[in-house]
Amino acid sequence: MRHLLSIEDLDREAIERILDLAANFGAVADRPIKKLPSLRGRLVINLFYEASTRTRSSFELAAKRLSADVLNLVSSGSSVEKGESLRDTVATLSAYGPDAIVIRSPHAGAPGLLAGWTHAAVVNAGDGKHQHPTQALLDCYALTQRLGSLEGKSIWIVGDLLHSRVARSCIQAFTMLGADVTVAGPPTLVPDAFEALGASVRHSLAEIRGADVIYALRMQLERMGSGQVPSLREYVAHFQIDSRRLGPRQLLMHPGPVNRGIELSGEVIDSPQSLITEQVAAGVVVRMAVLYEVLAGAPQTPDEQQAASRELEPQTA
Amino acid sequence: MNALSASPRPPAELLLRGAHLLDPRSGLDSTRDVLIRDGRIAELAPPGTLEAPGGGEVVDAEGRHLFPAFVDPHVHLRTPGQEHKEDLDTGTRAAAAGGYCAVVAMPNTDPVIDHPALLRGLIDAAAREARIPVGFMAAISQGLAGEHLTDMSALRSAGAIGFTDDGKPVASAGLLRHALRNQILCGGFLALHEEDPALSLDGVMHEGTVSVELGLAGIPSISESTMIARDAQIAEAERGRVHFQHLSARRSVEALAEARSRGIAASGEVTPHHLLLTDESVRSLDSSFKMNPPLRGEDDRAGLLDALRSGTIEFIATDHAPHSRDEKNVPFEQAPMGTTGLESSFAVLYTELVLPGVIELELLIDRLTAAAALIGIETPSLTPGSTANVCLIDLAAQWRIGESGYESRSSNCCFAGREVSGRVLMTVADGAVAYRERAFAVSAA
Repeated sequence: MRHLLSIEDLDREAIERILDLAANFGAVADRPIKKLPSLRGRLVINLFYEASTRTRSSFELAAKRLSADVLNLVSSGSSVEKGESLRDTVATLSAYGPDAIVIRSPHAGAPGLLAGWTHAAVVNAGDGKHQHPTQALLDCYALTQRLGSLEGKSIWIVGDLLHSRVARSCIQAFTMLGADVTVAGPPTLVPDAFEALGASVRHSLAEIRGADVIYALRMQLERMGSGQVPSLREYVAHFQIDSRRLGPRQLLMHPGPVNRGIELSGEVIDSPQSLITEQVAAGVVVRMAVLYEVLAGAPQTPDEQQAASRELEPQTA
Repeated sequence: MNALSASPRPPAELLLRGAHLLDPRSGLDSTRDVLIRDGRIAELAPPGTLEAPGGGEVVDAEGRHLFPAFVDPHVHLRTPGQEHKEDLDTGTRAAAAGGYCAVVAMPNTDPVIDHPALLRGLIDAAAREARIPVGFMAAISQGLAGEHLTDMSALRSAGAIGFTDDGKPVASAGLLRHALRNQILCGGFLALHEEDPALSLDGVMHEGTVSVELGLAGIPSISESTMIARDAQIAEAERGRVHFQHLSARRSVEALAEARSRGIAASGEVTPHHLLLTDESVRSLDSSFKMNPPLRGEDDRAGLLDALRSGTIEFIATDHAPHSRDEKNVPFEQAPMGTTGLESSFAVLYTELVLPGVIELELLIDRLTAAAALIGIETPSLTPGSTANVCLIDLAAQWRIGESGYESRSSNCCFAGREVSGRVLMTVADGAVAYRERAFAVSAA
């Protein structure tokens, strides 16, 4: 895998390979010394044009766990604020000889452009409302850890689908792994065109009892009063996941950060059905797997696979 | 009638030998020698029967087609203020290279052409720099702000062909109504960029399946069509002359057809890109495919083709909108809207519509030339006595768009890289040779 720009770049086999790799890294994460030498001497640049806590920190931690050097650039306080174009910024950073650039951009397609401008591997950490592939992969990881397989499972994604890059990547990834995806929310935020992505569209939660997994999206507060959602009260009444709507055998997910009391009620966040903390933990091992994939490559032959698993041995200091 | 402006050029003295003449209006469709003397079409005769004019050129046009040259009612020449994208020289060279003998430039420049002194300066500049005749539109509202009308009568006296806020809609129905009433006094026509800002919002592409899949904000087709319905009614009430620019949606052309059936003085234009491309092209997130109105869905595209065939849409306009490489080489949402089109329009339309049999060649030539009537100039014709406005085209010549550079200063063409048939070899505009393909040999008499 050269770059990870979109879930569309992957097939089921590639996703399963990344999840297997992440599981191997997960085993290492339980050891006292968590660092592996796999990417020693490699340079990973985190280029973040948008505020991010968990994505940026988990990419940084993932790169460090693999012994890569990490350079973090955020738009505030950098030359980006002084009006430098993306292309010029990338030319500057490329002079440092990065092996991978992890980019978060408010604009769809920025990672793809970047891939054409640099020799480094490019990993999309969220572009506009377009794609957030590593989030979808970590969600697949957290789910398969709990369920074994997504084959035939019903997953409902609820909330503001229209403005969600997480939802777009998740619909594609869950579907590739054999799940049936339903998207639900108000018609203003869940247009019927989502059917083209392979999801069923619902504008009510009447049938949500049939779901194995409920994936709630963050409700952007600025949507309120814009006409897209008449009021907070109305949204909560129709689409909040609370203990009334979440069954005891249903799993609950959320990409974070949660608006407590809006898309989720407080009690479901802390319920045993909630996978939210496991999603965050999955973020590090899955991003380790993605960085390993784009930088160390997919093992092709059994010998290479053996060599790769030897590389996974913990670093002896 | 307001004259168009171009730099003075010597009148053509040419003998075109053995060209296939096609002129849908006069019904000409045969092989002839064509004598152009003193910038006028002097004589048509069976091949091999005419003598070369003294000192004039003889062009071996055997196997080539001679058409009335094209007229584009909608281009952006970016002068004044944005000459890094295009200027009067490069823009009119691009037009001549595309087979055009006249173009009309939009006033959304920097500054906006909303004052007679600015317009006079521009017309003077064109008289020095323009390779083919250019007409200029003036703004409807001051600064295109949509609040106060320009001094339309003074602008018209200064040479404005008509009025438009192109690039932006006239959002206020009241302002449009006043503009139409003023137009009764000053003449000209109102060219309308139709879009309801409350429906377009911050959209960057057509609202549909592709925009939802890409997570890009959409501009729905109804943003255009509802405004056309509104403005057709206002034009009917005020008995004004309106022209709807760059139509993109099926419902828009239905609204135009209804307006015309009610006798409203309304016309419409369509661009090559809206006739040939859909929002599927945007999947690449390539900013070459970002334009306003956006590339729409297949049903809208089919509706435009039907309207072009039926005559509801009378004109093909390129909406030639040059942007520099740096401006376009950014993420899709940040890129400016627009594509160049003057140098590729005939070839893409011939290749994609005429060759597969979607439309007849005669229809294409008609729609590429008919805007002469809209802007009040002599309609290009091959009949003897006409001013020489002709283009010589090798329909069999195959080329790749963009491979040998553009005459335009900008290269943001949404058709770049396409293999096409039909190469313009020579253009005569307003009686003077305006373009000659470099590789095209011309023998002296």
